[in-house]
Amino acid sequence: MSLRRYALAALASAIFAGSAVAKDYELLNVSYDPTRELYQDYNTEFTHFWKASHPGDNVKIQQSHGGSGKQARGVIDGLRADVVTLALAGDIDEVAKLGKTLPENWQTRLPDASTPYTSTIVFLVRKGNPKGIKDWGDLTKDGVSVITPNPKTSGGARWNFLAAYAYGLKANGGNEEKAKEYVKELFKHVPVLDTGARGSTITFVNNGQGDVLLAWENEAFLALKEDGGNDKFDIVVPSLSILAEPPVAVVDKNAEKKGNSEIAKAYLEHLYSPAGQEIAAKNFYRPRDAAVAAKYAQQFPKLELVTIDKDFGGWKTAQPKFFNDGGVFDQIYQAQ
Amino acid sequence: MSSSTQSASSVANAARRGSPTSRRLLIGFGWLFFTLFLLLPLLIVVSQGLKMGVGTFVDAIIEPDALSALKLTIIAVVISVPLNVVFGVSAAWCVSKYSFRGKSILVTLIDLPFSVSPVIAGLVYVLMFGAQGFLGPWLQEHDIQIVFALPGIVLATIFVTVPFVARELIPLMQEQGTQEEEAARLLGANGWQMFWHVTVPNIKWGLIYGVVLCTARAMGEFGAVSVVSGHIRGVTNTLPLHVEILYNEYNHVAAFAVATLLLIMALFILLLKQWSESRINRLRASAAEE
Amino acid sequence: MSRRISPVIPGFGLTLGYTLVYLSLIVLIPLAAMFVHAAQLTWDQFWAIVTAPRVLAALQLSFGTAFVAAIINGIIGTVLAWVLVRYTFPGRKVIDAMIDLPFALPTAVAGIALTALYAPNGWIGQFATDLGFKIAYTPMGITLALTFVTLPFVVRTVQPVLADIPREIEEAAACLGAKPLQVFRYILVPALLPAWLTGFALAFARGVGEYGSVIFIAGNMPFKTEILPLLIMVKLDQYDYTGATAIGVMMLVVSFILLLIINLIQRRIEKP
Repeated sequence: MSLRRYALAALASAIFAGSAVAKDYELLNVSYDPTRELYQDYNTEFTHFWKASHPGDNVKIQQSHGGSGKQARGVIDGLRADVVTLALAGDIDEVAKLGKTLPENWQTRLPDASTPYTSTIVFLVRKGNPKGIKDWGDLTKDGVSVITPNPKTSGGARWNFLAAYAYGLKANGGNEEKAKEYVKELFKHVPVLDTGARGSTITFVNNGQGDVLLAWENEAFLALKEDGGNDKFDIVVPSLSILAEPPVAVVDKNAEKKGNSEIAKAYLEHLYSPAGQEIAAKNFYRPRDAAVAAKYAQQFPKLELVTIDKDFGGWKTAQPKFFNDGGVFDQIYQAQ
Repeated sequence: MSSSTQSASSVANAARRGSPTSRRLLIGFGWLFFTLFLLLPLLIVVSQGLKMGVGTFVDAIIEPDALSALKLTIIAVVISVPLNVVFGVSAAWCVSKYSFRGKSILVTLIDLPFSVSPVIAGLVYVLMFGAQGFLGPWLQEHDIQIVFALPGIVLATIFVTVPFVARELIPLMQEQGTQEEEAARLLGANGWQMFWHVTVPNIKWGLIYGVVLCTARAMGEFGAVSVVSGHIRGVTNTLPLHVEILYNEYNHVAAFAVATLLLIMALFILLLKQWSESRINRLRASAAEE
Repeated sequence: MSRRISPVIPGFGLTLGYTLVYLSLIVLIPLAAMFVHAAQLTWDQFWAIVTAPRVLAALQLSFGTAFVAAIINGIIGTVLAWVLVRYTFPGRKVIDAMIDLPFALPTAVAGIALTALYAPNGWIGQFATDLGFKIAYTPMGITLALTFVTLPFVVRTVQPVLADIPREIEEAAACLGAKPLQVFRYILVPALLPAWLTGFALAFARGVGEYGSVIFIAGNMPFKTEILPLLIMVKLDQYDYTGATAIGVMMLVVSFILLLIINLIQRRIEKP
């Protein structure tokens, strides 16, 4: 009798405690195309992590993937993202500016300018590197054709373009005109401008166009992996490239509205934890954490990296200068 | 049986079929074009979908995200097609049975959605209902979501398929004229009786073609829906969007498997059309015999 | 205000009213939103956007390739409709059933499949390479993609009308001594022309705006193979909504005028 009463009391207190603490969360992460596997792994990890400290909670993480700019536009136009994890800071800047759903200084709220993992731009060439391509300078040789997406429609292609430009600057002692000439010459070797990174990969891998594909390091690894060990491609690491920084941010207004502020913040912060960094490295993103980076050092060759903030004055300067109407990229094609 | 009627009927037959050479030529040409332009691209899709075997193919289709995309696509089709059928019949009726000022403009407006780029078709709804749009603030206040949710997807689907039924019926009803309806009226039928017993049987095939086209297009629409969808996995992805997502995730085989599923669904609807066609013909033939 | 052909047929007010209301809600008001958005620009700004050299090159390309594709479909589609309606032959039902499939296939998939076929190393593309020309990544590739996605239009508008023409008329004409060409010219052409024009206009209009299937095969090189809808996307990706709507408005106006001309021609044929 007393046992039964005790059991009832325990049950009641469990229910009571549960109902006081337990919450159902539905978190929407709006991301760009090639992060699917990364966040699939990470969402499982984060759910476990959250449940460890909040055993009663139910966490459901929804994912949306698409072109980075398109995804940012979606959030501006009312897609109720709790967090955005996009290809470049410029896109989140626009969400802050036009959507007014997060403060314009969002990038200062998390470590490393809110980019928990990075990547860089490398070359994917055909097996054995028949054209002998070693560095950016080789791309403008006669008979070499280069595949890269259109920087106007692809966030990734903007990193490609800036990496090439950075090489142009370095090779010509910082002369902007000479750098422009280099990228202009480079784009004369581009026969197809796809609208997205995936389109370019198809053009290069499946349709056999071009000798070199300019790609994010993580996408180059994916292309090798998808190739299924057919061993048809090699990765060439140039002497200099750009540190591609895909940032993350909580979209405050949406998260507040859905009661997700706390969990959304934790979701992004956990990306910086050793577990989160490990997952990033496994998915071919370069981790920020020194210990994890050391562990995966073999996977990621060392090279000289310029950065968007130090070398190009941030996206706020680079976007209008290079990619908006009448910018450097347009000048390349107008002059022809 | 006189020889003159016989020769007349053989001339008539020749006129109907054309000479054997031209007939063979045309059929051959039809086949060639069909194979080169239609069959080969479709074969590529199916062969890519089945590249890793039937097991992988089935896995790609019964995966929960694919199933929820399938469900969403069916919902969008089931809402948009009937609405466009009612609109199509009504529009074809007033355009083909009457003559009025501004008719050419009306017909052109009906065609307009075809000439609107899918990108723009989606964008206009975002401009109307998006957070920065004309009705955005009001909708947000009342917590109503149109774009990036089902209503937006349905609206975009309706938009791109508006003209199909009307455009299929207008030339047919113009070609048929109004005599039969007038006769029915003079014989005392009321408006609805005339419509159901005279007009509908006459336009049946055009109507069915229109519905089939409308359905096929509603299932396959990509551009406009992509703008208003938000691409939330398992929630606002239609089948064509799911294909794109899989493709962008380097999941080539699954993408083509899901595309093949769309083709199979369309083929099923087309076979349904042919089956009903032959059934109706048979019914008609047996009625004629009696 | 309205002049009816036949005073005994009811339903004019009802059908016209419903048509207008539905069209307004679904199509006209949303499109008006685009015009309002574009109206934030001054006329000079608008004009500068739509007459930029790159936009004009794209305009020419989009309308040119869509026109050629519509012509190809106009010819081949009529032949296909004819073959399907008038002849019985092995495989007729298969072809008939599959004509509509381009509509059901997501346009992006169509683009990827066509590029795989016609790229320089594709099944068909390699023959073109041997002959010394390229199909994919040229305006020819764009035309090809547009021909594919708009194929059902002409076939499916001509088909029911053709099936509806009583064969007795042709037979009677033949009995009276008309040659096949005369039958074609005096009986079939007048009966089919309105439907044919409809199919042609729809294929053309659809081709101008097509995006998904074209971007994979086009190559997207500025001034050479860059289509108008891509320029709209480019503007959107710069968050330049007004610029995008300006090009959208321009496309819409040009398409509207072209469609209107075709519909006016059609009306003249309709009442000789």
